[in-house]
Amino acid sequence: MAETHSLQDLRQAAVASKVFVQRDYASGTICKFQTKFPAELESRIDKQQFEETMQTLNNLYAEAEKLGGRSYLEGCLACLTAYTIFLCMETHYEKVLKKIAKYIQEQNEKIFAPLGLLLTDPIERGLRVVEITIFEDRSIGSR
Amino acid sequence: MKNCEYQQIDPRALRTSTTRTSSTLPCGRKNSQRLRKKWEIFPGKNRFYCDGRIMLARQCGVLPLTIVLIVITSGLFFTFDCPFLVRHLTIFIPVIGGVLFVFVIFTLLQTSFTDPGILPRALPDEAADIERHIDNSGSSTYRPPPRTKEILINDQVVKLKYCFTCKMFRPPRTSHCSLCDNCVERFDHHCPWVGNCVGKRNYRFFYAFIVSLAFLTSFIFGCVITHLILESQKAGGIIQAIQNMPASIVELVICFFSIWSILGLSGFHTYLVASNLTTNEDIKGSWSSKRGEDSGNPYTYNNIFTNCCAVLCGPMPPSLIDRRGFLPPDDAPQTVTSDAELPPFMAKNDTNMEENCQDFALSCTA
Repeated sequence: MAETHSLQDLRQAAVASKVFVQRDYASGTICKFQTKFPAELESRIDKQQFEETMQTLNNLYAEAEKLGGRSYLEGCLACLTAYTIFLCMETHYEKVLKKIAKYIQEQNEKIFAPLGLLLTDPIERGLRVVEITIFEDRSIGSR
Repeated sequence: MKNCEYQQIDPRALRTSTTRTSSTLPCGRKNSQRLRKKWEIFPGKNRFYCDGRIMLARQCGVLPLTIVLIVITSGLFFTFDCPFLVRHLTIFIPVIGGVLFVFVIFTLLQTSFTDPGILPRALPDEAADIERHIDNSGSSTYRPPPRTKEILINDQVVKLKYCFTCKMFRPPRTSHCSLCDNCVERFDHHCPWVGNCVGKRNYRFFYAFIVSLAFLTSFIFGCVITHLILESQKAGGIIQAIQNMPASIVELVICFFSIWSILGLSGFHTYLVASNLTTNEDIKGSWSSKRGEDSGNPYTYNNIFTNCCAVLCGPMPPSLIDRRGFLPPDDAPQTVTSDAELPPFMAKNDTNMEENCQDFALSCTA
């Protein structure tokens, strides 16, 4: 429970600033975030670690939006039932979103919180940005 | 875009700017004992029913008329034409009619009541961050010139416009609907017949609705003509037949006038689906070849089948506005515009709370 204890600490800490990682539209309208390392995080986290987290997030979103046999089957089945199936079944996208939420929580507990950072799930910002909150260092004594 | 007075966001005055965005609540309202849901403070012009499960545009247009026309025409068909046609032809006529009618009604209701792909407005922190990255030289009293950002999508230059209402750069293919006052992803058009915008999330319902309605009106039209012919043979003359079946004539007239527009609309949208375009893009001529050889639709898969599958059978994106989520109470970090200067509303200490409330009260009256 040591990890949740540090997340609790963050709630008491003062917010120093926030960094917003915007969407990357180079490949179209699919959900993908820029992996460029923001300058404000240079003193806080390892560049490779950050890029790895963003890349994993991008891969998860790509999996949610993948056009393939499964999504076509879901779409055709939904069409045949006059789309009433969406009222009772959880879609593939929603299942992956749950996976993403769990991944972000894990990353926060293991990596970001000990460094005084907090990643906000992009779904809470309308999939527009990945918001990274930087907390003041004084209340987190791990660095 | 809404023609309202634009206020530039000053990061030092984030507290006053929150009263415009209404994504956050003032301190007083949060102290109410019942936890409110997010749809209750939704800033767009929408109506919510069933505790946020169903949403409509505030101007629901002629949706009641659409429903009444469909129900009356189908009702007259089942009551007056079907018994005759079942006797003379086959039982499958009301069965097919029934299936089509149910399909039409379900898809119409889904189109009207589903979130079309509304983008939630930017929270003040995010909006301030975007402002910091924009180079502006105007004063805060007049509306700055339109801000655009150019990006490359599949090696094609696309301009992203800044939305002054939602305080963010609109993603590609997103447009701000002035009737609903929301930015909608993959905005197609605002349809008064369904009383809602048609966008990314409900386009497939809309397409299914117009195609099935085209089939239903053609089917009813065909059946009524058949009934008329058979009746005229029995009654000895077409005039006598018309006099015997007034209800069917009403259906005939309604179907005749609707068929042209609905078939035309279905054909048009089939073309849009096959080329992965939206009505908005087609009308504006965003990707037409007249603009130059470099312009081509960057979103198309260059294959009719793939385009159709992607648009109609692609994964169903989730609603981004989280209508039924609870608004966080006072001390959660996300709805508060906390930055270094503000005393955080997260302090559990009583005296701190009093100070914070006092500070807030002062800023509210300022």
